[in-house]
Amino acid sequence: MRAGVKLLLVALAVAAAGVLIGFYVSNLTTLQGSASYTVPVQSVGGKPVVNLKIETVAAVGPKLSPNPDWVSYLVQNTQGTWMRRTVWKLPANATVHVTIYNFDGASGLRNPYLARPEGVDGNRITIDGKPYRGIDPNNASHTFAVPAYHLIVAVPGVADDAKNQCGYAPCSLKLAHRTIRFTFHTGAPGHYRWQCFVPCAAGWIDGFGGPMQTIGYMDGFLDVA
Amino acid sequence: MASNPTAPTPAGASPTNHGLRVIVAWIVLSLVATPLVAIFVGPILPPGNDSVQASGQVLDNTVLTATITPVLCLLLVFFVYSLTTFHAPAATALEDGPPLRNHNGIQVTWIVITSAVVLALAGFGTFELLQTGSGGGQGPSPVANPSGINHMMQVQVIGQQWNWTYRYPGYGGVETQQLFLPEHTYVQLNVTSLDVIHSFWAYKLGVKADANPGVNNVAYVKTKGPLSFEIRCAELCGLWHGYMYQTGHIVPQTAFASWIKQQRKLGSSVSFYLPKYSHFYYPDPQRRGG
Repeated sequence: MRAGVKLLLVALAVAAAGVLIGFYVSNLTTLQGSASYTVPVQSVGGKPVVNLKIETVAAVGPKLSPNPDWVSYLVQNTQGTWMRRTVWKLPANATVHVTIYNFDGASGLRNPYLARPEGVDGNRITIDGKPYRGIDPNNASHTFAVPAYHLIVAVPGVADDAKNQCGYAPCSLKLAHRTIRFTFHTGAPGHYRWQCFVPCAAGWIDGFGGPMQTIGYMDGFLDVA
Repeated sequence: MASNPTAPTPAGASPTNHGLRVIVAWIVLSLVATPLVAIFVGPILPPGNDSVQASGQVLDNTVLTATITPVLCLLLVFFVYSLTTFHAPAATALEDGPPLRNHNGIQVTWIVITSAVVLALAGFGTFELLQTGSGGGQGPSPVANPSGINHMMQVQVIGQQWNWTYRYPGYGGVETQQLFLPEHTYVQLNVTSLDVIHSFWAYKLGVKADANPGVNNVAYVKTKGPLSFEIRCAELCGLWHGYMYQTGHIVPQTAFASWIKQQRKLGSSVSFYLPKYSHFYYPDPQRRGG
């Protein structure tokens, strides 16, 4: 085989490997692990309004994940089914009413500052129906945070001695949980990541491995269009 | 067709002095190119002129670029001259060139010049580092302290997976999600981390400092006029490393006073829980950590 042909084949092989690696990294860092969910949109006064219902569970269970013991966020569709999808399609410039049902216990925040709700209407949330402007960071179970929106909401945990604690997801509202509600607004179209800031990944170094480093569990995107 | 430069010189003709030709061409090209590079390329070199430290780095980069210009010119002249003068046409028979022989004068000159250039640049770089603090993280005991500064604003930069937060010890230790700095102010950035190693990189300000857990990494910057600037993490730190960016703001003094007042008010709901201001923190609890 001529040297020129060999050189061309090597160049093509390197280029193909580069493309494959690019696809792999792109997939790994964007949508791997979670299909997207288009949140239904209502129109109120001509403006888009979204009701986003999500729950946080200590163990996602074998029905929803190959990693049944991983902590996870779930989203509820219009049929009431809980799905392990953390890429949510939302309309731009919309009002988003969020309800979080938390079935998990407290892990505590590494940075107490994040216990203050920010980036939500009135910088205020309701917990089990009562308004709060901050929680005890030691009682934080998870956060819902969209850094690009400067949005942080710390979610308090279920008491350690609570009865009827949920084992595996999906969890019924009859089991012990906390209900957190708040409202925020999407802005311009974009691809915004959201994440949990509580080191809640049990058994991982500093509580920040596994589900904290995998899209589809404690991390995801807001696909605003 | 070029004549064969390796062929014997005819009797009576003076031999071609290739070395002299190259040196003359190199000097002429360098005398033209070096000032052009310094004047026209220097001002557009990174990181720009948005802080005193950034301007200092532009000066450093200009000096470095201008210094290497004669070196590049020499390489360019040598290669072009060699390719054109010593090129053997395809029709001629290949023959070996004259043997290369040792020349102590050239070797000593080469070593002396390159050593002088490197040492001069090292001296210049060290001098520059000591001028304004340079913008680079210098660890907990910085050597290059800006002198003659009456008031140095303290700002703590806290890296965490995956965001930056900021504490202002001169304003009750209030913590914020955004970095606001007043214009025309000397700022001491105390950079640390709550978990893994991050790196605080405000490119336009000429500031880059690693954020290490349990370490206070000090960097200095003097702001200029109002502007917005990007902040990125420059140390691979996990899933959202690529998304760990923010926009910082340098604002007029009055706007900063108003903003920090508002932040203190907003932060009052959790200020009770914030740890006392410290150069670094060992967060607790880590109930679920392995």
